[in-house]
Amino acid sequence: MDLNLTLEYQAFRSEVKSFLDAHRDQAPSLSDRGVRSEKRKAWQKILLENGYAARTLPTQYGGYGATPDALKSRIIAEEFSRAKMPGGIAGQGINMLVPTLLEMGTDDQKEKYIAPTLRGDMVWCQGYSEPGAGSDLASLRTSAVLEGDHFVINGQKIWTSTAAQADMIFCLVRTEPDAPKHQGISYLLFSMDTPGIEVRPLMTMTGHAEFNEVFFTDVRVPADQIVGKRGEGWMVANATLTHERGMLGDPDAALSRLNSIAEIMQKETIDGAPLMDNAVYRDRLIALQAEVFAMKFNGMRLTTNAHEKKSSGMAGMIVKLQGCELNHRLAELAIDVMGEYGILFEDSPFIRDKGMWQTAYMFDLGLIIGGGSAQIQKNIISERGLDMPREPKVTKK
Amino acid sequence: MYFGLSEDQVMLQDTVRRFLDTESELDHVRGFANGDTTLAGKLHAGLMELGVPLVLIPEAQGGLGMGVLEAALIQEMLGRYVTPSAFTPAYGMAVAGLNTGANADQRNNWLGRIAGGEVILGVGVTEAVGAREDAGLTVTGDKVSGRASFVMGAETATHFLLGAGNALAIIDRSSDGVQETALTTIDKTRRVIMLDLDNVACDVLDGAAQPAIDAMINVGRVLLAADSFGAAEVMLQKAVDYSKDREQFNRPIGSFQAVKHMCADMAARLEPCRSLLWYAAYAQDNVPEEGPLMSCMVKSHISEVGKFIARTSTEVHGGMGFTDLMGLHYWFKRIGFNRQLLGGPEKTRHDAAVLQGFAK
Repeated sequence: MDLNLTLEYQAFRSEVKSFLDAHRDQAPSLSDRGVRSEKRKAWQKILLENGYAARTLPTQYGGYGATPDALKSRIIAEEFSRAKMPGGIAGQGINMLVPTLLEMGTDDQKEKYIAPTLRGDMVWCQGYSEPGAGSDLASLRTSAVLEGDHFVINGQKIWTSTAAQADMIFCLVRTEPDAPKHQGISYLLFSMDTPGIEVRPLMTMTGHAEFNEVFFTDVRVPADQIVGKRGEGWMVANATLTHERGMLGDPDAALSRLNSIAEIMQKETIDGAPLMDNAVYRDRLIALQAEVFAMKFNGMRLTTNAHEKKSSGMAGMIVKLQGCELNHRLAELAIDVMGEYGILFEDSPFIRDKGMWQTAYMFDLGLIIGGGSAQIQKNIISERGLDMPREPKVTKK
Repeated sequence: MYFGLSEDQVMLQDTVRRFLDTESELDHVRGFANGDTTLAGKLHAGLMELGVPLVLIPEAQGGLGMGVLEAALIQEMLGRYVTPSAFTPAYGMAVAGLNTGANADQRNNWLGRIAGGEVILGVGVTEAVGAREDAGLTVTGDKVSGRASFVMGAETATHFLLGAGNALAIIDRSSDGVQETALTTIDKTRRVIMLDLDNVACDVLDGAAQPAIDAMINVGRVLLAADSFGAAEVMLQKAVDYSKDREQFNRPIGSFQAVKHMCADMAARLEPCRSLLWYAAYAQDNVPEEGPLMSCMVKSHISEVGKFIARTSTEVHGGMGFTDLMGLHYWFKRIGFNRQLLGGPEKTRHDAAVLQGFAK
């Protein structure tokens, strides 16, 4: 164990800090989430030039070209969070499509798509889940039939975030209906302006439409818009699923959430006494604090392992399951300590923290379900982590 | 930054593992539990030969001069093998108390004799955590009187280091006025006693007693957590192994999601505890301002996760888990014992709240 940074990394930390100090005026606010926000795009440009976005991606595609260094990435994340300044754009295009293209795309595809995606000029959505294909994603049925030099696509996707704003979609479709389900899928890229695409917002329990349904009717896509070969889509997609699981569950976010709850409990009162004086509330807070610390240190261990190029095994596999669950329970505590004030919603008078706790409580439940549900995570942990036997396959009639 | 174990630390743990693999087999543990008390002495002698118990004793007094992290790694192994050993009280807590609260002469005397194998300390600081039934000791001059409850390390102790109000005192176990009452607990792999003292001669430690008592409790909490962590790791592995072997409805029960998800839950809750334990142990020596808080965090959290794993693993084993045939209950009881000593989860969480100014 050595929690000190070497001189090289201390210097790097100061460098990040001075950058943030010098550019504070140019940074958009943390709440600016608009994918078309000019201020965010201008900020993204500055981050790309200075190596704080797309840091390790090749320069020929608009990246910064730095050698991967997990510790430096962590220092950057820590300093941006401490400065309360937003990092680079983190859409599904940058987080999932770009790594996939780098691994599986043709030179042409890399050339055409990566740089504009990194700049925020090209916004992507992900067409994976379908009404009948959730945890069993490989059973997806949206069909793509080759007619001449075009695929003709028919079917429906669901849970498609940013579909209404996106320029492009990376989409899984069934091109080989007679092949076994995992071998009949292809991975296509196409414009959301293609005729035959209809996007319907999907209102969720939070009162917002965080997702959409996307309908395809005879959508014609040039046959060369495929990543990998026909029938290889499942393999191509799996590279990106790994990236998504790594993306969710941030231990430092949980720590700041915990600290906010402690502040509420010290500031707000019941019968004239601070909420913190209630031994039961306090006990719940401290119990969660221990879990937050455990996940924080687990995260530090992952950083070290990544830096040493060692596999983290179980320590990495549990992050999505534990992280999402912990965030949900933190929101639950915040609501409970606020009592009646905890149920205020939307633009109600007297609302606390702009209603973020109820929104988080509901949205986090969505995160527990999405990106590989808790039950799927437990299958992965038990089968890949603990080497337990798979569920016997049910033979098809 | 490097968050992980060094090669030396991994080697230390392997050395202890190899020793316990033969010397602390379940049959031996059973023997001790059923009254063959010679095993504790034999194991102790073997560990002394490896030098392991002297981990926290400074080199100047003949020890290894290592830290609480190394001690926790050793204790994790002892927990894995449900080893009858008084390592936590004798070489963790007592040495931490002497390092902090004794003057130079006392340190040379007691630590030197401990390193030489002539003295083995038990410890009694239960009342400094919370006094039940009005127990407690009082020092008058060089005599100590009263009751110390749940004194740890009775299996091997020649002397006891006892918290007495705001003093720390060492007594010889064979002194006049010492009355011992052996307690039977759920955990037959360790021995705790009540001590009733009537004007017993003692060596009162010369330094500030409260910081020394605190150091004993902090180190003790980390080590009890390490023990439960080791025991819980084994209970998880045993559940996984059993579920792959045991067949019902013509399938290994481990292929049923109901069983797999129980195991996944155990793994998901246990794995982050490893990092919490490493940090909490490391903090005792290297991040002193966080040491007390982290000892509360690790003790309370691993007690909760340990309890969950103890019951869930037993359930995965079905009826066999409930029998004595498998001996799974040794690990179950070890975790149950650790949970209550030096403050259960509610108590340690309260202490954590006080340390952060959240409670008085």
